[in-house]
Amino acid sequence: MFQSIEETKTVGGIRFGILSPDLIRALSVTQIVIPETYDEEGIPIRGGPMDRRLGTVEPGVRCETCGNFVTLCPGHFGHVELARPVIHPLFSKNIYTLLRATCRVCGRLLLSEDDIENARRRAKNLEKRWPLLKYKYGEAVAKKAVKNTTCPHCQAQQYKVRFEKPYTFYEERDSGSVQLRPTEIRDRLERIPNHDLEALGLDPESARPEWMVLTVLPVPPISVRPTITLETGMRSEDDVTHKLVDLLRVNQRLKESVEEGAPQLVVDDLWSLLQYHVATMFDNELPGIPPARHRSGRPLRTIAQRLKGKEGRFRGSLAGKRVDFSARTVVSPDPKLSINEVGVPIEVARVLVVPEKVTVWNIEEMRELVRRGPSEYPGANYIVRPDGGRIDLRFVKDRNAVAEALKPGYIIERHLRDGDIVLFNRQPSLHRMSIMAHRVKVLPYKTFRLNLLVCTPYNADFDGDEMNLHVPQSEEARAEARTLMLVQEQILSPRYGAPIIGGLHDYVTGAYLLTRKDTLLDKKRASLLLFEAEYEGSLPQPAILKPGPYWTGKQLVSTVLNGDFNYEGKASICRKCEACLKELCPYDAYVVVRDGSLLVGALDKNSIASQVPRTLLHEYLRRYGVEKGAKFLDGLFKTFIVYLDIYGFTMGLDSLEVPTTALQEIEKLTNKAEDEVEQLVERAKKGGLEPLPGRTLEDTLEQRILEVLSRTRDRAGELASRFAGMGREAVIMARTGARANMLNITQMVAVLGQQSLRGERIKRGFAGRVLPHFKWGDIGPRARGFVYSCFKRGLRPTEFFFHAMAGREGLVDTAVRTAQSGYMYRRLANALQDFFVAYDGSVRTSEGFLVQFRYGEDGVDPAKSDHGEPVNVEKIIREVMAEKGG
Amino acid sequence: MGTRKINILEHELVPQHILLSEEESVKLLKRMGVSKRQLPWILASDPVAKALGAKPGDVIMVVRKSPTAGLAVAYRYVVRG
Ligand SMILES: [Mg+2]
Ligand SMILES: [Zn+2]
Ligand SMILES: [Zn+2]
Ligand SMILES: [Zn+2]
Repeated sequence: MFQSIEETKTVGGIRFGILSPDLIRALSVTQIVIPETYDEEGIPIRGGPMDRRLGTVEPGVRCETCGNFVTLCPGHFGHVELARPVIHPLFSKNIYTLLRATCRVCGRLLLSEDDIENARRRAKNLEKRWPLLKYKYGEAVAKKAVKNTTCPHCQAQQYKVRFEKPYTFYEERDSGSVQLRPTEIRDRLERIPNHDLEALGLDPESARPEWMVLTVLPVPPISVRPTITLETGMRSEDDVTHKLVDLLRVNQRLKESVEEGAPQLVVDDLWSLLQYHVATMFDNELPGIPPARHRSGRPLRTIAQRLKGKEGRFRGSLAGKRVDFSARTVVSPDPKLSINEVGVPIEVARVLVVPEKVTVWNIEEMRELVRRGPSEYPGANYIVRPDGGRIDLRFVKDRNAVAEALKPGYIIERHLRDGDIVLFNRQPSLHRMSIMAHRVKVLPYKTFRLNLLVCTPYNADFDGDEMNLHVPQSEEARAEARTLMLVQEQILSPRYGAPIIGGLHDYVTGAYLLTRKDTLLDKKRASLLLFEAEYEGSLPQPAILKPGPYWTGKQLVSTVLNGDFNYEGKASICRKCEACLKELCPYDAYVVVRDGSLLVGALDKNSIASQVPRTLLHEYLRRYGVEKGAKFLDGLFKTFIVYLDIYGFTMGLDSLEVPTTALQEIEKLTNKAEDEVEQLVERAKKGGLEPLPGRTLEDTLEQRILEVLSRTRDRAGELASRFAGMGREAVIMARTGARANMLNITQMVAVLGQQSLRGERIKRGFAGRVLPHFKWGDIGPRARGFVYSCFKRGLRPTEFFFHAMAGREGLVDTAVRTAQSGYMYRRLANALQDFFVAYDGSVRTSEGFLVQFRYGEDGVDPAKSDHGEPVNVEKIIREVMAEKGG
Repeated sequence: MGTRKINILEHELVPQHILLSEEESVKLLKRMGVSKRQLPWILASDPVAKALGAKPGDVIMVVRKSPTAGLAVAYRYVVRG
């Protein structure tokens, strides 16, 4: 069943070194000298950068070196004998260090024999246990050696070496500054004995320093820089090939000049040009030199550019993955869709295809799809013959003929249609509900549409969020997606032991307004709401007959509920009375459903919201399963927002109207607080304040002030909420748990309260005061960030500034927190990703190691648990008793 | 410095450890369908392993109180070290 661990091999280590000229020549299949790619007939020139011996890229052509075709030929290196040595630009820093740390005459490290021996021994020891530390240690040794101005070995005087990025070196001699040519640098590096290199933490076996100055340049195989043939038949060479041609041309000229005995000035010019070409072939973004450009002015993309950055080989090609059969666009809401559906634009449906096998039963339908072709919507884009041949319907002249030729066994790649299963995803994909399966609903316009109830699991909103869609291509993949990943299968989250899909915002407000005591609906409205709930029976007996038939909102909910459903629980609007009167609650805050009838209690957050355990919704899901649960969410929940539409729910400034008397009282309250704080400060100054145990006097004073201020805000809040009854929309939303809370309302109508930084009153800023608007040493409420104003009346300038300070701290905190927790989560997920629960209930790794002998020690699926507990004994007893009684 | 020897196996906070016989451990491995190495490991130098006198290659059964399951049983493969 599992692959045995004993059979696997592990990589012991990887060693990096520098290619020596000998090795470069040994690796090479041929020397490259001619700066031309093809002759007049288009045949690659032998000895040029496209030499056939460097490997083959044309299909059907055997490689001249290994005899393989394209698929098997690995490509072969060539080499260029440089007319003059040049600095390898990526090693110039190391060269700089070595030039300064060693003697310019004898090549020894500029340290005494004892010091060298010591350093060498320590570097060797470090290598055994902390190989990375060896290099750091080597740097420190070099730093020490650089300080010596005379050689301890031959007493030669050392000059200062100046390095000019990216590859020029000067020596500051007494006579003046002299440029060091690569030949001279190479000579010096050659003189450094292996023994001394080891003291610097270097490994002379795999990296002799003179190899950092190139005399031979490897020519990468053609498979690394393939020719691209454009649709027009024009051939286009890779940037590296272009670079090689330039380099070879200069190399040839330099060679000729040297052989002809041209003036030193001419040779030096060509030499530095060669250096430039070699440098830019490795990295075309070196500091201090202009990047090599194409004729069009576009900078060349050479070796370093291919590897570096987001689009580079590592991050872009190796760590990144792209897929076919996918689409991405902006999402927008559609409450009329089922939670299991996703709205897909026609334009997308025309491009994404599903392979469908032609059978005797569907052949006529498939023929019709083929006739309609790729551009007419429901059509088809491709036909796959049983022999594997593909017919692109875009280029078929007579689609009728092709359609007639269809036979069972053919595969039609038809357009996406209503009912197809697709995977829908929103990044960051942090939990399994970030990718769920939906049924397609093809719709006009250009956005993906989703039901509002699935915003929670995706954490989506509609301020420009984009989402991805993937079309599974095999029957197995579709079956798996449908049974494991369909939205309804994810309603119960393993995270809370509560539904993650459920009412939020307007759903909660609507549910409350519909089911509260005074809601009565006439026949027209009652019918409309039941229609939205997809109810298909007759209307129940109206609760009121005179002056006409009226139904209560609770009646409508009961109509939709199953006849054997029971539930009891406190609503969110509960006033937390000392003794709960339960079903007799005067505020209608105790919900009772008996035998499918909503008897008392208004529905709100505690009954229908997501991420709350043991709600009416949760119990319904546990009792009737997710299939019916999804219908419940599609049907009843729709009536909640439709009712909100009928009701005409809106919030305006009048929602925050507070009588003048209340405002006066609030002002009295704040004045009193100001006085109290002043008294406290006075007492502290006079020494009349007793320090709290374990605290300084300042701390104590601060604490007492905070107490006074927070008490003041609470009082103001109480005052405000006394005037803010359920008649106000803002209060309805806060009390039902739809959005915001009473504190937010207090801040809007009464006082904003204390603004804080790092959990303390604001105290940083100018010397002795936060802002220049206050007196020095003022530690009163106003000077330390207490905001007396409310949002409705508006803040004073200083108050606004304090508020902005606290607000910014909040933003910075969230930014930092998300970055940190994101990284932590990634590491955790990577460590846990191949654990699975085996059929015997144990948790194992993909290599068969046991992690837990029983999942979670009790083997309970948290999604099916009762808020983490395997069973809720109390509830079971209640249910059994109810059954007996009824 | 007087050192009093205590038996850590009797300590309240140390769950019950039982050294399995060879037959018992073979039965366990057969039941779980794993090799010894694929069990979680415990060092032979672990105080509990030393107290039991377990040698590398042995298997220890651990029975501990669990907040979720009441009693939970786990096994450890003793390794050198
Ligand atoms: Mg957004
Ligand atoms: Zn080859
Ligand atoms: Zn010297
Ligand atoms: Zn109550």
